[in-house]
Formats: sequence, C-alpha cells, structure tokens
Amino acid sequence: MSSPVERPEAAATLADQGTEGGNLLTVRGLKVHYPIRKGLVFDRTVGHVQAVDGVDLDVPRGQTYGLVGESGCGKSTLGRALLQLEDATAGSVDFDGTELTKLSGERLRVLRRRMQMVFQDPMASLDPRQSVQSLLIEPLRVHGLAPADVEEFGPDSPSSHLAKAAAMLEVVGLPRASLAKYPHEFSGGQRQRIGIARAMILNPDLVIADEPVSALDVSVQAQVINLLEHLQDLFGLTYVVIAHDLAVVRHISDRIGVMYLGHIVEEADADTLYAEPMHPYTLALMSAIPVPDPVLEDSRERVLLAGDLPSPANPPAGCRFHTRCPFVQDDCRTVVPELRVLGPRKVACHHAEEIHQQAAVTVIDGTD
Amino acid sequence: MNAPQSSSDPLLSIRNLDVTFGRGDKETRAVDGVSYDVPAGTIVGVVGESGSGKSVTSLAVMGLLPQRGCRTSGEILFDGVNLLGRSDAEMSRIRGKEIAMVFQDPMSSLNPVVPVGTQVTEVLRTHEKVSAAEARDRAGDLLKRCGIPDPLRRLKEYPHQLSGGMRQRAMIAIALACKPRLLICDEPTTALDVTIQAQVLELLAELVSDLGTAMIMITHDLGVVAGLCDHVNVMYAGRIVESAPRRELFANPQHRYTQGLLHSIPRLDHPRGAPLQPIPGTPRDTVAWDKACAFAPRCRYVTEECVTPEIDLDELSAGHQVRCVHPATRAETIADGSAATAQEATA
Amino acid sequence: MSATETQPDRPASLVEAMGTRTEDEQGTSLWAGAAKRLIKNPAAIAGAAIIVLFILVAVFADLLAPYDPAKSQWISEVSTSRVPGPSPGHPLGLDPFGSDLLTQLIFGARQSLLIGVVSTLLGLLGGALLGGLAGAFGGWVDLLVMRVVDILLSIPSLLLAVSVAAVVGRTPTALMVAIAAAQVPIFARLLRGSMLAQRGQDYVLASFSLGLRRRTIVMSHVLPNSLGPVLVQATLTLATAIIEVAALSYLGLGAPDPTVAEWGRMLVKAQERLAQAPQLTLLPGACIAVTALGFTLLGEALREALDPKSRR
Repeated sequence: MSSPVERPEAAATLADQGTEGGNLLTVRGLKVHYPIRKGLVFDRTVGHVQAVDGVDLDVPRGQTYGLVGESGCGKSTLGRALLQLEDATAGSVDFDGTELTKLSGERLRVLRRRMQMVFQDPMASLDPRQSVQSLLIEPLRVHGLAPADVEEFGPDSPSSHLAKAAAMLEVVGLPRASLAKYPHEFSGGQRQRIGIARAMILNPDLVIADEPVSALDVSVQAQVINLLEHLQDLFGLTYVVIAHDLAVVRHISDRIGVMYLGHIVEEADADTLYAEPMHPYTLALMSAIPVPDPVLEDSRERVLLAGDLPSPANPPAGCRFHTRCPFVQDDCRTVVPELRVLGPRKVACHHAEEIHQQAAVTVIDGTD
Repeated sequence: MNAPQSSSDPLLSIRNLDVTFGRGDKETRAVDGVSYDVPAGTIVGVVGESGSGKSVTSLAVMGLLPQRGCRTSGEILFDGVNLLGRSDAEMSRIRGKEIAMVFQDPMSSLNPVVPVGTQVTEVLRTHEKVSAAEARDRAGDLLKRCGIPDPLRRLKEYPHQLSGGMRQRAMIAIALACKPRLLICDEPTTALDVTIQAQVLELLAELVSDLGTAMIMITHDLGVVAGLCDHVNVMYAGRIVESAPRRELFANPQHRYTQGLLHSIPRLDHPRGAPLQPIPGTPRDTVAWDKACAFAPRCRYVTEECVTPEIDLDELSAGHQVRCVHPATRAETIADGSAATAQEATA
Repeated sequence: MSATETQPDRPASLVEAMGTRTEDEQGTSLWAGAAKRLIKNPAAIAGAAIIVLFILVAVFADLLAPYDPAKSQWISEVSTSRVPGPSPGHPLGLDPFGSDLLTQLIFGARQSLLIGVVSTLLGLLGGALLGGLAGAFGGWVDLLVMRVVDILLSIPSLLLAVSVAAVVGRTPTALMVAIAAAQVPIFARLLRGSMLAQRGQDYVLASFSLGLRRRTIVMSHVLPNSLGPVLVQATLTLATAIIEVAALSYLGLGAPDPTVAEWGRMLVKAQERLAQAPQLTLLPGACIAVTALGFTLLGEALREALDPKSRR
C-alpha cells in the first residue's frame, strides 16, 4: 500500500464526503472548561479544567461517528455539550442549520425532541419510581407524537401515546407486559432496551450514545449493539457513539475520532484508522486492547505508554500527549500540533509520518 | 502448556466445591461442584459473567465468604491441606502470607485513611518479623518494582492521592509483599483504562514469573485470558462448562457458551462489518443444573437431550473438558460458527 | 423485528424444567415494594401496633376513661403525706389532685399525641418548604436559605422552644410552633441534601435531554425520589416531639389550663411525691417511652424498607 501522505487528492475526497447528504451536526472550536472553585463563603475561581478544548466535528446525516478515548479525555463531556446539557465555554454547535449554543431555553427544549441520548448505566438513567409506561409516555406528553406517528396511531391522545409506547417496546424486543413494570424488575440488558426505547420514541434525528454497552454483561452487549444498528436502519438515525472500547466503536462507526485530554488527536474512517493508525496515542490504544486470540497475543508487540493521564486542569504544554509518548521529540514539548489532513485522515502529531515509517508495531489488520 | 494433572500434586486443588447462600425457598447455589487445579507457577484463568460463581469460588479459597447465611462443602486443598473449615485465625495466617488477592476496585479495597506505605509495611510486619525501618525499605522496593515512580514519596501518600492505575499497583505491591505462593486476581483491570490495563497486566505477568507465584486470573474479558493464562476455565451459572489449555480453548471452543461469547464480541482481529451473533436472553434466563443444562434456555442448539441432570464434564481431548450435550465439532469451529452452519446443525 | 434477537425454540421438557417462574404481570413500584417489606418486618408491626393503640386511646378517650378528667372528685382522699394506690374503683389509683390516674393517662395521650403530631407536621411542612426551595433552585436561593437554617440550627432546640413560647405565650399553639420551629432546620437540611444527591443522578440529566421542563423534573422526579429519608426522619422526629412536649410541659411552658391532662405535666406534679407514690411518675414516663418507642420502631423499619439495598 502506498503511503497515505503521497495522495494529496485524498484530501479533496475527504472534504466531499462530508458534504454529501449534508452534515446533521457541525461543531467548530468547541470548548468546555469547568472552573475550579475554592473558598469558604465566597467562591473564588482558581483555575479551569479543560475538559474539552477546541474540538471540530462533522457528523454526516445517517452515519455513525465514534468517539474513543480513555476516562478523563473529555469524550462524555463533549457528548453532553453537543446536546447542550453542558454549557459550552466557546465554539459553535450547528444542528441541522440551527446554532444550539445561542438558543434560548424554551426553543432549545422544544428542539430536544430531535436529539436524544442513550446513557451508560440504564439503572441510573431511569427514574426508579416510574413504571415503563410512564417512562415512555412522559416524553410524548411533553412533545407530542411525531407527525408520522400521528398518522399511524391516530390523534395525539393518551391512548395513541400508549399505543406508540407499546409499539416502541416491541421494536426494542420487550414484551408488552413490561409496560406495567418498573426498572428494578429488569435485567441490565433489558433496562438498556428501555432506555433506548425512551430515546427513540420521539423519532429523533440524532442520538448520542454514551458508553451504551459498557455496563452490560458480555453476552448481552452484542444484543444491544445489534439493536442500535437495527434502529439506525429502521429510522435513518444519525449516531454519535462514545465509548472506551475500540472494538465496539470500530464495529459500529463509520468515522472515528480519538480523543486525548480534551483534543481530538486523530480522525479517520473506521477501516483506515484501524489499518493504519498514525497518531502514537492511537497506536498505543490499539496495541493495548487484548484480543481473544492467543496466537496473535503471543506475537503482538505492544506500545506501552509510560505513566498516567496528566490532569486536565493543568495539561502539558505543546502536544498534550508528549509526557507519555514513546516517540517524543523536542518540538513536541513546546509546539501544539494542529489537526492536519494526512491522506484519508486527520492527525494532530508533528511526526506522524516518521512514526508511521519507523514504528515496528504489529498493527492488527482485520483483512487477513 | 502442561495440563493441570502434573506428576506432583498441584499447589491448589479445588475439589467438588459447593457454595450455597440463603435457606429454604431463597436458597441459591452460587458454586456447584467446581473442581480445578492450579499447579505451582502457572496462571489459570477463570472466565464468566456476573453470577457465574467465578468470584465466589475465589472468596472461598481465601476464606472470605460470610460466616452467616452461607454453606460450603467440598475440599480446597492448598499444598495438600484442606482450607475449608479452618478457623478465621488460621486463615488469617495464610491470607496475605501464602495466598494473596487483588480486587477489582483498588479504591475500596485500600484503607482511605491510612498512608499507602503503612498498608504495605503492615502486611510485612504481620507475617514476618521485621523492624519498622526494614519494612519501610522493603515497602519502597516493592512499590518501585511495581512501577510506581518516586516510591519513597508515594509511601507517605493516601490512596486518594494516587491515580487508579497507581492504586492498583499499590494493591499488587501489598499482595506480593510476603511473596505469596498463590495470587488471586479478581477482575484486576476492569476498572482501569486500556492503556493502564496493558501496563498492569504486563506487570503482573512479569512479577508472577519472577517470583514463581501461581495465579488465578478471574475476568469476564476473553482477551485478557488469551494473552496471559496457561489454562482457562469457563464458568456458567456456578459450574465449569469448559476447561482447556489456552491455545486449545481459543482454537477449538466446544461449549456453545464459550463459542457464543467469542462470536458475540466485536473483535479488532476480525474484519469490520461482520455481524455480531449475540447470545439471546440474559444470564437470568436459566434453569437449575439438577434439571437440565443451565445454558439451555439461551442456547441455539438446545434439544430434548439437554434436559437431563447428568451432563458431565467430558474430556474430549487431552486436557480439554466440556460440559455439553451437543459440543461443537472441529469442523464447525473452523467454519467460524457462521449462522448457516448453526442452522444446519439444529435441522 | 427478528434482527434484534431470536429466541431459540425451547423444547417442551426444558420449558417445564425451567419452571413457571411466576412473573408478575403487574409490576411492583418502589413504594409498593417498600410497603410489602414493611408488612413483613416484625419491628414495623410492633411499632405500628403501639402507635395505633395509643391513637385509638386518644381518639376514644371519652369512651374509655372511667371518670371525668376535669373534676377532682376524690380530693379528700389525697393528703400531703398520702396518695392512694390502686383500689377497686381506681385500677391505677389517684393522682395528687384527687383525680383518677387512669383517666388522666388516657386523656394525656390525646394531648401529647396531638401536640406531637401537629408540631411534627408543621416542622415537616416548614422544613420541606425551605429545603425544597433550596434544593430546587440552588444558587443564591440555596445559599440564603441554608444560612438561615444554619442560624436556626445553631440555637439549641429547647432554647428555641422556650423563646418561641416566651414570645407567643403559653398556649398549646405556642407549644406546637415552638417544637415545630426546632424541627424545621432538620427537615430543611435533609430534604435539600437528598434533592441535591438526586439532582446529580443520570435520570435527571436524561429528563433534561428529553426536553422536560425544569419544574416537571423537580416536582415529579427529584422530589418524589428525595422524600424517603424525610419520611423516615418525620417518624423518628415524632418520638422526639412527644418527649419534647413532655419536657416543655415539665419546664412549665405547657398548656396553661391545669385541668387538661398531659403526660409531661403529670410528671412534674408527681415529682415531689416520687418517694411516697412512685407510680405517679413511672406510669406517665412509661407512656411517653412506649409511644416514642413505637414511632422509633416504625421509623427504623421504614428506613430499612425504603433502603434501595434491601431490594431483591
């Protein structure tokens, strides 16, 4: 395979790909900084946690964008900021032509029908005192049935709300009898189905799934992943899937962004990213994932990272990854690398090309 | 890898272990006739989901099961001596000294109000006659060996001042303080990030081989087992359903549950776009082992024959045991369990 | 829909072996589940029995009491040196003013329970209002309310009660307000803390992301989930309230009408005759203790039943 660097025309196709069918979500320069407060009576801001620090995203309609990174990288904060569940410190979030960060409370609330969230822990994200019926109908009471559903279920009345709720339950694979039950009476996987049903019942355009399977038993995870894919086909949804598990993200995503300390350090379509990771962090992340194949495990060489994630309150100067990077050089410590287009991907590393050449890393190639 | 049945007696030998919680209607059998060996110097993996009994087994070995509301029977032979039924005082001489354990959540298993160093020296001074100064020196060495930078400063710090990875390293340092002969790791890396998990697993493998310690690695992650263990036991609903040397297990999984697990997880080493084949139902959909195969309600290959109390752990090839009425054939495994073969097999 | 999951065809014998796990068609809500656990708890039954018994006694005091409580019919039989003990007409004997002791105790239940319950309800109401305000709005409202509550809390409850009684005067209402005032900060802090904890839960974030209005989220999600600990506290506080009624009466801050029987005041009057007629102190004391015990038992059982850990 020729080196991706030698194909400048790839950059053009990359740009085209983004506009084809239009982006549902366009994010520019998004920052979320939390003030660190101290003081007994009067709070005093002593610094900022830079949870998300200048992120650009383009999420094409009908596709799945995967965000991977380890805890503390800001991926969950980013996910919430996309839905304005966190206040953005700076930057813009354009959702289907509407700038969300400047939207007033009530207009944003009404718009929430079109963008929903699936949470990690289905037990914590469902009100334990609500029956499934009440959980599913509540959003309909607030927003009303979507126009297409009014056609199918009749006038926007309590009985058609109930019919829609029952139909939604069936779509996610739960029996109708579940309507009368309460979250604590289900298993983890079933609860996640309820959470998904609730997110889907308003016929949203965009669904952000934050670690949708990591709290579930291994044997159940695949059910939920398949369900999410099935629903995407059924309703033509656009997903942003946030997860720490690269295997899950690769499976479900069209395009993937790798996050480290509030920055996106590499972005590429799923196959490219896994076939040819260019950022040293992506390399390390991929080589760290254990694979259930002893032959491969025995022959793999790992890029082991030294040390821990630095504090996002006091991120390292220059490249944020330089404190753990096995390929660190002098300029990494001072100059912040820009996210630059490199063949079919974007990467934020000064030395991506050299590292790609010299790194004698057994990259797992799914094509064998 | 050598099978557990080596010429000399294994270091740990669990024989027909039963653990039952509750009484009467609420009686639940968490561990049901589990037997396995851990030969000295080997790493044995125990794989299972929540409720499979994998952790309860190890707690029984440590003598850490609650005294009330819990009954055990069978034998846990450590160096030929039965640990079951030992008094708490006797067990506490063995715990930490001969057998040590690393838990999933290092934050809750470290004492939050005691400096890390004190927690390491405490173990040393409980089991060995060493002076305070010597204990401190050894604690520093231990932390350093466990990859904790600046160990002398870390000794004075409290658990909350350490990162998750560092806390788990500290836990490992405490566990290995007295050079135990058996180390039990219960999901030691589940709470950690992948890059930190890789560090910790590497460290564990290195330390265990340096010290000649045997290890039981309890995990739900088949990937962790694949890279680390000599022999693997797969547990479901309290019983071992498949037991094989590592390479054999992954090359030729024969129990339908093991197979199902391998096909239901997205894998980095498989081409993208291959659909996942989930195991239907939830671990709750089960049946008592004394009536049928507990996995039968979720199994695609279930037949009338599965409804029988006597499904034994059969040795199909050397060191490879399977508890299944319809184990996968080699041909099926090579066909990678595609949906087509699955359908044919049932027809 | 088969894309999501295909259940294997289970042979009939397997279905039989799995048994008919009686899956309730009707789900059990958390409240219903708590009620079930409560009914199964002997401590709760004992507590409730005690409380119901005393309430019945208080309500039907007129029917139960053998004599009229307001009249000192046997004043001639009582002297400074002697209070008659049990006799055929008076199963518990007389009190120092020549009334029947049993009658006094029965009517005392009415007064003590009434003041205890009403003051706790007042305290709960006030506390819930303040705490709810702080918990729902947060920010400067929270800061302001909680500083006020802190000030209230820094005053010892008896002192607070004495001051209120001093300002409002010696009436049963004053007594209730006084005791309630001492309870307000407890409830306020509890509800606020509970609400803050609930607000951090994912389901609140989920409600926001669904586009629910803030008012709906607070009123129909955060508040109901925060009430458990407050209910438990209210039950436990009832026990203290009854003791406090007695204590304030003992200090002479009780109802001014000396003919209205009240356990606390009975204790005061009996004090000087402790040596010659110990039953005069022991019996009202026992009544206070047993009622308080009843509420405590019920409160503790309620705490256990509402504890999420006791589920399943």
